[in-house]
Amino acid sequence: MSAHAASRPVRKDWRGRAARASLVGVALLYVLVLIVAPLAGIVYYGLRSGLGAIGDTFSQTDVVHAFYLTFVIMLIAVAVTTVFGIVVAFVLARDRFPGKSLVSALVNLPLAVSPVVVGLMAVLLFGRGGWFEPFFSAEGIQIMFALPSMVIVTIFISIPFVIREVVPLLEELGMEEEQAAWTLGASRLQTFFRITLPNIRWGLFYGMALSAARSIGEVGAVLVVSGLLQGKTETATLYILRAFDQYQPERGYIVALTLAAFSIVLLMAIEFFKRRSTKAMAR
Amino acid sequence: MAIGVRNVTKRFGDFVALDDVSLAIPTGSLTVLLGPSGSGKSTLLRVIAGLDQPDVGEVAIFETEATGLPPQKRGVGFVFQHYASFKRMSVRDNVAFGLKIQKRPKKEIRARVDELLELVQLHGLADRYPSQLSGGQRQRMALARALAVEPRVLLLDEPFGALDARVRKELRTWLRRLHDEVHVTTVLVTHDQEEAMEVADRVAVVNRGRIEQYGKPRDLYEHPATEFVMTFVGPVTRFEESYVRPHDLEVQLEPNGKYREATVEKVVHLGFEVRVELSLPDGELVEAQLTKKDVERLELLEGQRVFVHPSRVTEVEEEASGAPVRARAS
Amino acid sequence: MVAAASRLSGRARSNPGASGRWFLRGTAFLYLGLFVLLPVAVILQRGYGDGLTNLRDALDTFGAWNAIRLTVVMALVTAIVNGVFGTLLAYVLVRIDFPGREIVSAVVDLPFAVPTLVAGVMLVALYGPSSVVGGWFEEHGFKIIFAPPGILLALLFVTLPLVVRSVQPVLSELDREEEEAANTLGAGGWTTFRKIVLPALRPAIVAGSLLVFARSLGEFGAIVFVSGNIPNKTLTAPVFIQQLLSPSSYGATNGPEQAAAIAAVLFGFAFVVVLITEKLISGRLERTQ
Repeated sequence: MSAHAASRPVRKDWRGRAARASLVGVALLYVLVLIVAPLAGIVYYGLRSGLGAIGDTFSQTDVVHAFYLTFVIMLIAVAVTTVFGIVVAFVLARDRFPGKSLVSALVNLPLAVSPVVVGLMAVLLFGRGGWFEPFFSAEGIQIMFALPSMVIVTIFISIPFVIREVVPLLEELGMEEEQAAWTLGASRLQTFFRITLPNIRWGLFYGMALSAARSIGEVGAVLVVSGLLQGKTETATLYILRAFDQYQPERGYIVALTLAAFSIVLLMAIEFFKRRSTKAMAR
Repeated sequence: MAIGVRNVTKRFGDFVALDDVSLAIPTGSLTVLLGPSGSGKSTLLRVIAGLDQPDVGEVAIFETEATGLPPQKRGVGFVFQHYASFKRMSVRDNVAFGLKIQKRPKKEIRARVDELLELVQLHGLADRYPSQLSGGQRQRMALARALAVEPRVLLLDEPFGALDARVRKELRTWLRRLHDEVHVTTVLVTHDQEEAMEVADRVAVVNRGRIEQYGKPRDLYEHPATEFVMTFVGPVTRFEESYVRPHDLEVQLEPNGKYREATVEKVVHLGFEVRVELSLPDGELVEAQLTKKDVERLELLEGQRVFVHPSRVTEVEEEASGAPVRARAS
Repeated sequence: MVAAASRLSGRARSNPGASGRWFLRGTAFLYLGLFVLLPVAVILQRGYGDGLTNLRDALDTFGAWNAIRLTVVMALVTAIVNGVFGTLLAYVLVRIDFPGREIVSAVVDLPFAVPTLVAGVMLVALYGPSSVVGGWFEEHGFKIIFAPPGILLALLFVTLPLVVRSVQPVLSELDREEEEAANTLGAGGWTTFRKIVLPALRPAIVAGSLLVFARSLGEFGAIVFVSGNIPNKTLTAPVFIQQLLSPSSYGATNGPEQAAAIAAVLFGFAFVVVLITEKLISGRLERTQ
């Protein structure tokens, strides 16, 4: 810094600006090549065959069924992981007992497991020679190559999301509001619904949105357990695989584009909830 | 007796927060639990409320055994140091909360909430949210909220601790007046002895998990049971093996038999009162508190030779066994 | 006032909240035990219940070793590349105010929302042999899709948010005072970054990169579409495992067990990594009071 700063006009920091601009440039280029361009590619290929082909695709029964199946599995998985996720979050954030780190490790485990391995776990439990296979086949309940196994594996991979979002929230919020509610006569359940739940609302929704996105996108695990029964156990992602396998790429692109579009809406929801969640915590 | 605490002990791991504490709080009184941080006073309050469970002992509220009851069923109102406002509800909904839980009719709730907001002087702010209120306003809302369900006992945990000095003083006076109007048995926890003396009908001095003395504020001041009570409640200065209140030290210019010689070190004018720091020949430093008039009459200056004698001494006996030291008034 | 014998145990008795607490604990343990512990146990038991035979059979299968090698190498490269670019992105998003910053932030999160398979489809659409870009590269002898570069692209896509999201919060919480002090002492932008900011970010960067590594070891959906799954060339371990499980797999009777043996190795690796990561970001879930 010059000692005569007062006598010179303010100099613009060109070097700094150039450096910052080039950083932004490199970053943007990376994002463009890696993410934006492929997205543009799929939009192009998806729409290229024209609206007619799109309408045609959506009128196929197996396409409709595939979307329906994906949606149903997603709903069940999100419902289960949300309800039980809240329970686990409470136990992790509020309770005190030895072996807490084991529990937290179990919660993070699904993030480390390859989806194919998840499918394998289901095969080993419910497939031929599996631990539970005798019981279920005696009862006449079909687990493998049917909806139940697909739901189970999807639940497994979705477990961490709600828990990881809610636990830090519960820790930040502390118990004072809840204790105040108790002294005012509210039962624990009433307190949970009137005080706790509204307070963790946005973080919870964020976790649920992540869970939903993950469930919709699942392919490795359901591939292994579904048996690929067309029209029965084929999810949207499995349909895409088959479409390309059977040389119907246009249909594949269209379904892929639909899933991508849905994901983007979900993404915007995630961003919205994330912003609300951090804003609420800051209050 | 509104509240009876019998032989309560509470441990947190190895730390003993409450050590065989017993207390009987009369109906309609305003009792203050006074003590330094970590003394166990908040823990005691929370045990009474049911927010913490004692390891040993019992709590009775209006003669009914309360130890096994959750806070919901004890009929206690609780005010927290950091307000515990329901952030997502308006002031009105905060105050109405307990009444809604009781499923009272809407009209009744509305009327009662309005009445309470008037009482705590917040009725213009009914539709605001806690984040839009000042600390003092939030605490008044917390009080209204607690009073809404007509608790048999009102418990306040350092309610003014998070507020600045001026607001603290205002709310302190206001609370006392409120109590005189409403007459709910109240227990207040604080570490501020001035607050305790100003507000309380009775004070329990808590130290290291034990109650050292329980009585009227004046009794604690003039007849402290232990050394701790003497030094914690009220100003104190050591004079020749005894504890003396600085305003009980008389200063004269002429020797007079039992008066001891001293040198004036410093004269500090604190408004109406003057603090005079004196040193005795053996080096001991003593603090006397005189009125402005006295200082002017004596024309006290630094370095001056004076004579000092306590008009009232509380003798401290150091017990060899290390048991709580008992102080006697002489 | 008589001390009942029950008090001598020192435990809180007639504790009103206890039943609720045990109900919650029981539910949590049952849920996690059934859905997480049990599957892990079955993998270990079926894979190694017969000793190491299954592992040996699996490794003897055509393409096994190269699959593992390829997977590990790809995971490493991805971790390093996204470690660097992820940090760069985080820095740009936090410290530099440029037009469209919010959009870029949303785009960075996109891989988290997009199904992995669709990511593979997207990459093939743009860089496949019949596309504009891919075709050009092919003419010049450089295959992207159905070759290792394609695998790398897929992994980079899928794992990008992991590092950014790991570094971003730490960076935005960073106290600027140290950097300002360094500036007044004469340190320029890059030096300050290298000596002050980077060390502070190191745990977050490492944690994010480790997560990328773990995730890449197991990635299936994006790769199965993009790589062509050519044994010894572009076949990765997860796809290999999946093939072991398909009905016609190599005529072996212990297909699932072989798969379990390999899976346990991969999974154990990745799990250890996740554990280390949790410790590095000071165990978000483990804050005991």
